[in-house]
Amino acid sequence: MDQRFTLEVNGKPHTIEADPDMPLLYALRNDIGLNNPHFGCGLAQCGACTVHLDGQPVRSCVTPMSAVGNAKVTTLAGLGTAEKPHPLQAAYVAEEVPQCGYCINGWMMTAAAFLRDKKKPSDAEINEALTGLKCRCGTHMAILRAVKRASEMMG
Amino acid sequence: MTRMEKLSAFSRRQILKGAGALVVSIGMPVGLDTVLAVNSAAAQGGKPPLVPNELDSYIAINADGTVSAFFGKMDMGQGLFTAIGQMVAEELDVPFKAVRVIMGDTANSVNQGGASGSTGIQHGGKQMRAAAAEARRVLVDLAAAKLGLPADQLTVSDGVVQAKADASKKATYAELIGGRYFNTQLEWNKQIGNLLYAPGKAKPKDFRDHKIVGQPLDRYDIAPKVFCTEDFCTDVKVPGMAHGRMIRPAVAGSVPTKVDEASIRDIPGAKAVWENGFLGVVADTEWGAIQAAQKLRVEWSQVKPPFPTTAEIYDHIRRAPVRKREEAKPVGNVDEAFRTAARVVEAEYEWPFQSHACMGPACAVVDVKDDKVTCWTGSQKSHFVRDGIAGTLGVSPEKVHAIWVTGPGSYGRSDADDAAMDAAVLSKAVGRPVRVQYMREDATGWDPKGPASTHRVRAAIDASGQVIAYDFLSKAFSRVDVNTNGGKPHDTLAGHFRGVELKSGDGFGVPAESYEFTHKRMAWETIPPLLDRASPLRSSHLRDPVGPQIHFASESFMDEVAASLDLDPVEFRLRHVKNPRDIAVIKAAAEKSGWQTRPSPRRDQSGSKVSGRGIAYAQRNGTRVAIVAEVDVDRQSGKIWARKFTVAHDCGQIINPKQLKTTIEGNIVQGVSRTLWEEVQFDNSAVTSVDWMTYPILDITETPEKVDVVLINRPEVDPTGAGEPSIRPVAAAIANAIFDATGVRIRRVPFSPERVKSSLAAAQSGVKRG
Repeated sequence: MDQRFTLEVNGKPHTIEADPDMPLLYALRNDIGLNNPHFGCGLAQCGACTVHLDGQPVRSCVTPMSAVGNAKVTTLAGLGTAEKPHPLQAAYVAEEVPQCGYCINGWMMTAAAFLRDKKKPSDAEINEALTGLKCRCGTHMAILRAVKRASEMMG
Repeated sequence: MTRMEKLSAFSRRQILKGAGALVVSIGMPVGLDTVLAVNSAAAQGGKPPLVPNELDSYIAINADGTVSAFFGKMDMGQGLFTAIGQMVAEELDVPFKAVRVIMGDTANSVNQGGASGSTGIQHGGKQMRAAAAEARRVLVDLAAAKLGLPADQLTVSDGVVQAKADASKKATYAELIGGRYFNTQLEWNKQIGNLLYAPGKAKPKDFRDHKIVGQPLDRYDIAPKVFCTEDFCTDVKVPGMAHGRMIRPAVAGSVPTKVDEASIRDIPGAKAVWENGFLGVVADTEWGAIQAAQKLRVEWSQVKPPFPTTAEIYDHIRRAPVRKREEAKPVGNVDEAFRTAARVVEAEYEWPFQSHACMGPACAVVDVKDDKVTCWTGSQKSHFVRDGIAGTLGVSPEKVHAIWVTGPGSYGRSDADDAAMDAAVLSKAVGRPVRVQYMREDATGWDPKGPASTHRVRAAIDASGQVIAYDFLSKAFSRVDVNTNGGKPHDTLAGHFRGVELKSGDGFGVPAESYEFTHKRMAWETIPPLLDRASPLRSSHLRDPVGPQIHFASESFMDEVAASLDLDPVEFRLRHVKNPRDIAVIKAAAEKSGWQTRPSPRRDQSGSKVSGRGIAYAQRNGTRVAIVAEVDVDRQSGKIWARKFTVAHDCGQIINPKQLKTTIEGNIVQGVSRTLWEEVQFDNSAVTSVDWMTYPILDITETPEKVDVVLINRPEVDPTGAGEPSIRPVAAAIANAIFDATGVRIRRVPFSPERVKSSLAAAQSGVKRG
């Protein structure tokens, strides 16, 4: 049975009717029209659907609507804009990271939360923070370059 | 997409994302600005038909003087459109930023083969270069007439034609033809696809005059991806669209015998579409479609499970009847030479089925209307998708409009074409546009697979230690069980499920190298597919089709021969490799890596953690690559870290060295993944690799520390491909490095920790026994 949910996404409220069991991903993509979180596996195995709930990265493909509660949702589009880019976005552009680009949402959303909490991480710490995310084009080296560049920008 | 639909899509994006405007759309799928530009040109009439022998099929000068380049191939994320833009801008003498490359839309480009065989620049660029050169010639002729001066008295700079003697006498491209059509005929070679070539009268520039070609220019598609201002094919939505999901049999070959639509009656808009073995559901919402696919009650026919298991596959290949055999032109008399050999070195190598395993399962939207069918697809061959939909629905290709929109990766004949056909069948059945989004298990479980293979190789050595004969034989599944595109129903899952017979083709390949031996034979044999209908193990093209498997075998074997002769692997190769460009890449990779001349294996290491280096080299359609891999092996855990690569790469003229480098980097990392981890698992009934746990790929923690790239530029040589050649020698380079580190030769991919451990243990017990 559908229920009414009010979500705050990237600072704006949205009210939708949805099945409480429906993953947040589909509300964001279809009801609210934010395409930045991608469907990659639906199994929390790749990270392409990652969004922040109250600043913490979660896999929206397995997060039911009923679990969102009052948490504030942030998507990649909420991280920054071309005019005011998040340091990670700036670094991704500078390093020309993506190839197909389908996975970058997961890497950027995960790294953004990580770099916020961990200043000047070591290479090993970056690896540890990003382990499990998937990239099929093999842009791993560029991802690491960009995350390091962003960490330097973030001081 | 009609202009109105595009406008509504644009508005939606504007509203939803708050984006001020589309970021520069060069290289992107058709954006609104492009559509408007095309329409405004069309409004002035005189548009010739979209055929390969019309200049207007490739180049348009827009009213504002910008250039649209209509490209029948597309960029899979390696920056191809940047290179094409550079080649077009170079020949036209316009700024790079004035050129917009529009890719893979059947309404405005001819079939240049799509993304295929690393031919984006080699063939696609060659054609765009020729067309741009011809466009410049026509424009200069128009200026000559307008200015009353002979063409040879004119020069062009930044899209302005002016008199060499008097800069005040000038005409811009926009003035000369902006928004109108060339109506200039080209000399078409009557080929469609990769080999399409239709030059005009003009000759492209001499490489010494290039100013834009060769520059390390940036890609324009990065910012739209990073700031979420452009759609992927998964993001396309059209009014009235239903969501579809497919239902595949749990036992391959089984078909539904009973479908109970009442089981999904409570889901809004839910319907089952069932035709022979084809079964899908649609619903009003995506969540509804997912639930309908789970809830639909289906009874299936009982069939005998058709497959051997993963563990049995190589024995199956060895035992299977040979359906086709092909040999490269033999040299000398191999059989005779082996009879005279003092000794013979031989080995057999094995390569598993591998999956495209794209980041996202395939997605397509198809809108079947009475008079027109529109398809939005991530397929790397949208023109063939148009033809495939036409065949599937029984309509003429002219009625089908396929629009390529960036997909979730590609790497060959992935599941993208099948998704488009499924969406077409569903849309026709329910009378609404349908978006089919495969689930993860559909993607890895049911995509066409890179073929599993075995390779038997032997060398005859004479009494003086010379290699006198070389004999290489692959026996494998075909690379074209289904074709490299979904252009015909018999090459698609929808076709098979609906009852079209599989028409499996035979294709494989032989090593591409220039080793010279007095007697040399290279051959391949293909075996029948495992199932003569819809099969999750049907084989087709996966990035560098059959290249990694063949060269894993051939280049591992060269190392085995070198080791048996106690020769340094580089030195051994240089003794036998004859092509000067091949020799150059081998030397360049060795030198840059700091290669120390000595035979493999090293014998100076003890303990659990050891390291080694290995080299491998290959050609690919004119390009040549040599790779030195440096790996660490943890003998205890079996874990390999492919720590460093040095790649020497020669693809003739380099169009954009920056994009070339990142393309090579991606090839290396994906190659490491396929070498160390990737193997499609299956049981008697089905593929059991259905997600990222059961089909693991390289993790970020296993990333190489460094990839050094040595680009050898040969501007005088026509450019050849780079999208795939450098993945080709990766597996052998790693295998050779493992041998160098451990003295143990692993002849079956992937080199998972379990396999490495068991190989090391087997070698250990062999030594003890010996």
